[in-house]
Amino acid sequence: MPSVALHTHVFDRVVRAVARANGMPGMRYAYVPQPVMGKTPDELRAYVYGVDPINKRPVMQMVVEGLTRPFDDSELQKTVYERATPRLVDAPGSEEELQQYFIDNNWTDYLPIVLPTEERVANMLACTSHKPDEVVGRMRPTLFREAWEYTVEKVAVNAVMAGARPEYFPVILALAAAGMSARGSTSSSAASMVLVNGPIRHQIGMNSGIGAFGPHNHANATIGRAYGLLSQNLQGGSVAGVTYMGSQGNGYSFTNLTVAENEEASPWEPFHVERGFKASDSTVSVFGSARHTAFTLGVRERHWQDHVRHMLLGMDPVEQPLFVLDPIAARLFKQRGGFETKRQMSEWAHDLARMKASEFWDYQLVQNYVYPRATFGEEPLATYLKAADDELIPMWAPEKIRIAVVGGETNGYWRIYGASHSKTVSVDDWR
Amino acid sequence: MTGAAIERLTVLNPMGFPPSVSPKPMAPRLDSLDDKTIFLVDCRFDDSELLLKQVQGWFDEHMPNVRTEMVRLSGVYHHDDPELWQHIKANGQAAILGVGH
Repeated sequence: MPSVALHTHVFDRVVRAVARANGMPGMRYAYVPQPVMGKTPDELRAYVYGVDPINKRPVMQMVVEGLTRPFDDSELQKTVYERATPRLVDAPGSEEELQQYFIDNNWTDYLPIVLPTEERVANMLACTSHKPDEVVGRMRPTLFREAWEYTVEKVAVNAVMAGARPEYFPVILALAAAGMSARGSTSSSAASMVLVNGPIRHQIGMNSGIGAFGPHNHANATIGRAYGLLSQNLQGGSVAGVTYMGSQGNGYSFTNLTVAENEEASPWEPFHVERGFKASDSTVSVFGSARHTAFTLGVRERHWQDHVRHMLLGMDPVEQPLFVLDPIAARLFKQRGGFETKRQMSEWAHDLARMKASEFWDYQLVQNYVYPRATFGEEPLATYLKAADDELIPMWAPEKIRIAVVGGETNGYWRIYGASHSKTVSVDDWR
Repeated sequence: MTGAAIERLTVLNPMGFPPSVSPKPMAPRLDSLDDKTIFLVDCRFDDSELLLKQVQGWFDEHMPNVRTEMVRLSGVYHHDDPELWQHIKANGQAAILGVGH
């Protein structure tokens, strides 16, 4: 059926790239100015009755012609083609030339890389039993884009570039196997978060204590950086305006909030054990949509519940809250609330974090991502949609509120990240 | 005096493997929109419905012999909606989708 897609103008390059990759270079589209969100009916009318900012012709002329003008030969060109990726970079070069070459090809995060020579990649590959040509997975920057495939060797190349040591490689392979990009294209500038559990933490010297989230540990830093580099390169790029549309960008993306859980100091069972793994298993858990952070000190006797409620109400309701507690704070929460398990604390937070229904449904991200599901009957969202404007409804289901213990007990600080758990993957499978 | 020779390094390409591209046939365009039904598909992203209402208003004003019908995806914009596509195919002759991004 003839169709035309209406887009906002900032997505022009993305639209054309996606149409080409889907074998439809002749796809018809028209553009209105960005943004649509927040505009009055009169302003939107002016968009529609106005000029397409990309094609410089009336928007509705583009629409009508898009449905009626026959395709010419150039639009119907057969677009069958294979796109190979060579194993080696085309030409050898000096260290300086190749550093620049990698930057020019958008293969780095603009910090210097370790050049992936054959010897370095071979050393990385020696730390897994998996063959270099084994396919690890597929990845893409967003759900509507094509997924690219990658092998163990390709993951190793990116691990070398990040400066990772070969003994970290099973963790990096597990991250790649999760198939979740740390370089998502979303305009919301989401980063990822990585939580490592089990014996591997000690075997490779990861930090779960003082300074764990910061630049204070080689394994944390380079595993997190490797996750970012492998995501951008193995999925086919993360180029601003083409394969990355994060409006503001995100500093978390450099090393992707990569830490180990402080299992030994936690009053509860480790994160991976909650998900069915044994304590003796080594795993990596991937969280997506990491953007916002709330923090405070202590769990005060008088108003601790008020403090937590206000922090949760300050989060965007679409992203799931992840409590990251220093062990001192974790023990205080256990003491104040009598939480014997993390699940009990999650249920308490679920009851605590309630918002007026009218306010909840008015959030733009709720409109985009939650409201559509509610209107077509998904429970309990459909019931919440029927709530009176002033009725308090929960912001998150209890199973969406997660807890991890990280920190070195220099003080009882704690944070709530907006970061949604995607997957927990075995590291042992990639040794 | 000459300096030491600069070492030439051979390095591996870090990019993954893209899928091959296969052409998809494009639907023939219509001779005219007169007396046709066009579905306006609300992708439910960032107030797209409000923009499409203005598109509908334009047709009412400028091409009153075109019938327009607003429909919305049954879920979030990145989920496919085969039932809706079937409905549009059975009941209309063209579609305008918005707002894509």
